[in-house]
Amino acid sequence: MKVAWKQHLTGYAFIGPFVIGFLCFTLIPVIASLYLSFTDYDLFTTPSWVGMEHYKEMFTSDSKYATSLKVTLIYVFGGVPLRLAFALMVAMLLNRASKAIGLYRTLYYLPSIIGGSVAVSIMWRNLFGDEGVVNLFLDTLGIGAVRWFAEPLAALWMLIFLSVWQFGSSMLIFLAGLKNIPSSLYEAAGVDGANGFQKFFKITIPMLTPVILFNTIMQTISAFMTFVPAYIISKGEGGPLDGTLLYSLYLFRQAFVYFDMGYASAMAWVMLIIVGIITAILFRSSRMWVHYESKGGN
Amino acid sequence: MRSKPVRLVMYHILAAGGALLMLYPVLWLVMSSFKPSTLIFSTAESLIPSPWIWENYVQGWQGIGGYTFSTFISNSLIIVVLSTIGVVLSSALIAFGFARLQFWGKSFWFIIMLITLMLPHDVVLVPQYILFAKLGWLNSFLPIIIPNFFGAPFFIFLMVQFIRTLPHELDEAATIDGCGKFRLFYRIILPLIAPALATSAIFSFYWRWEDLIGPVLYLNKPEMYPVSMALKMFLDNDTLSNWGAMFAMSVVTLVPVIAVFFAFQKYIVEGISTSGLK
Repeated sequence: MKVAWKQHLTGYAFIGPFVIGFLCFTLIPVIASLYLSFTDYDLFTTPSWVGMEHYKEMFTSDSKYATSLKVTLIYVFGGVPLRLAFALMVAMLLNRASKAIGLYRTLYYLPSIIGGSVAVSIMWRNLFGDEGVVNLFLDTLGIGAVRWFAEPLAALWMLIFLSVWQFGSSMLIFLAGLKNIPSSLYEAAGVDGANGFQKFFKITIPMLTPVILFNTIMQTISAFMTFVPAYIISKGEGGPLDGTLLYSLYLFRQAFVYFDMGYASAMAWVMLIIVGIITAILFRSSRMWVHYESKGGN
Repeated sequence: MRSKPVRLVMYHILAAGGALLMLYPVLWLVMSSFKPSTLIFSTAESLIPSPWIWENYVQGWQGIGGYTFSTFISNSLIIVVLSTIGVVLSSALIAFGFARLQFWGKSFWFIIMLITLMLPHDVVLVPQYILFAKLGWLNSFLPIIIPNFFGAPFFIFLMVQFIRTLPHELDEAATIDGCGKFRLFYRIILPLIAPALATSAIFSFYWRWEDLIGPVLYLNKPEMYPVSMALKMFLDNDTLSNWGAMFAMSVVTLVPVIAVFFAFQKYIVEGISTSGLK
């Protein structure tokens, strides 16, 4: 018995930092956040119990919240599919044997590395300015300049473009997935007379579905939490007309601009539930569309 | 499958053209930082500055609020270096426990870790702020640095995957030689997982260097600002229309990131392909 105890203790000596960190920085805060969501709390006075008040307010009388949720859903469900489609397209372009591939891969990935920085958000803000390069380009095409900072939907698309621009990490994961598809499958299909489109939809896509699922889940969660670009590009306000008031930014403003910690906590819990539901749906639905090698297939 | 030369040339034109289009915004930022502020937008269509000037860098480096970029960069370095050391070492320790030791509750904690990996950070934002405020840590680097010493799920996961590929004979041989678990960890396993440590260190560098929300919440004196906050200050003052200086300092904050990327891209690409890190 003594030996066994020592074994358990050794194990906890190693993972101890994680356990302590989890309790202090995750579990207790998550529970505290649930409690605070039922209170009014401004950091300085003691929290006072208000029950479901904040949740009620969110879904009935706070029109800013409704806008923020709508904007975030457009951002997530507009941005993530575009980003993944782009990532897959470029990954397929780069999936061949050539000495230049390493260089291309590096160049296409670079935006992902710098994308989360304040510097890039500042750059994006200026590219889309009234006299910025994007408008110059649109003018040349004859489409005419767009007032990116005056139209709420245009401003939101500016953020979506910034997120699509950072397709690099999904692209790398797709590339790894593409390399794992046995070339014998394509050869067999070629012998059977399949054309490029058939090969893409009958081999590439099904074989990639596990990677697509993984990418979709990770990208959706991180898209929901996007903060820096909205904060910098709208200078912390979420404007114009709340067009870039992403969920995290509105939550941040409730907590640290209006000092409504209770409301912010309630918002955080609703976000947790929404993200949880979306993840669960993706996992559940994956049985219908994700192709796993072990289940046979062809 | 032999490609015809014409198709090959077309392919490279397409791939290189796409890459150029992707990087055009960055090129534009860099080139604009060498233009006089008054010409940045009036000559936005041209990449080549005329005249080339360095003044934006000189002026930008002066910073804002009486503190120069030397201060902001050294603040960023303090945060990045301490956080990275903390997160890499603690994550390695934890990963070794998960990958190589048998103990009660191991799979429970491993699942907890995977859940933490997907937990939206916003949920803990407010309570963590209250916690650090109660501890009297506001206006110090502590709330930004200390949590790193308890491991980061992404890095733990990455390292667990890596350690699992190492042969178990190593452990057995070391144990027969009378090597304790801790010695086994730091004498044998740690050197062997160097690539995973490098990948984690690089990503930790990026995340801490680019981090904005931590400094926004916890730092409110300009003398403690890291580079991300310094840039935000420039932006808050951009009614002065000193775009040149702001662009120049944006470039300065991107240089280390891009340099590390080119120097260590092998580790980065492997890290993402195996674990899905961003």
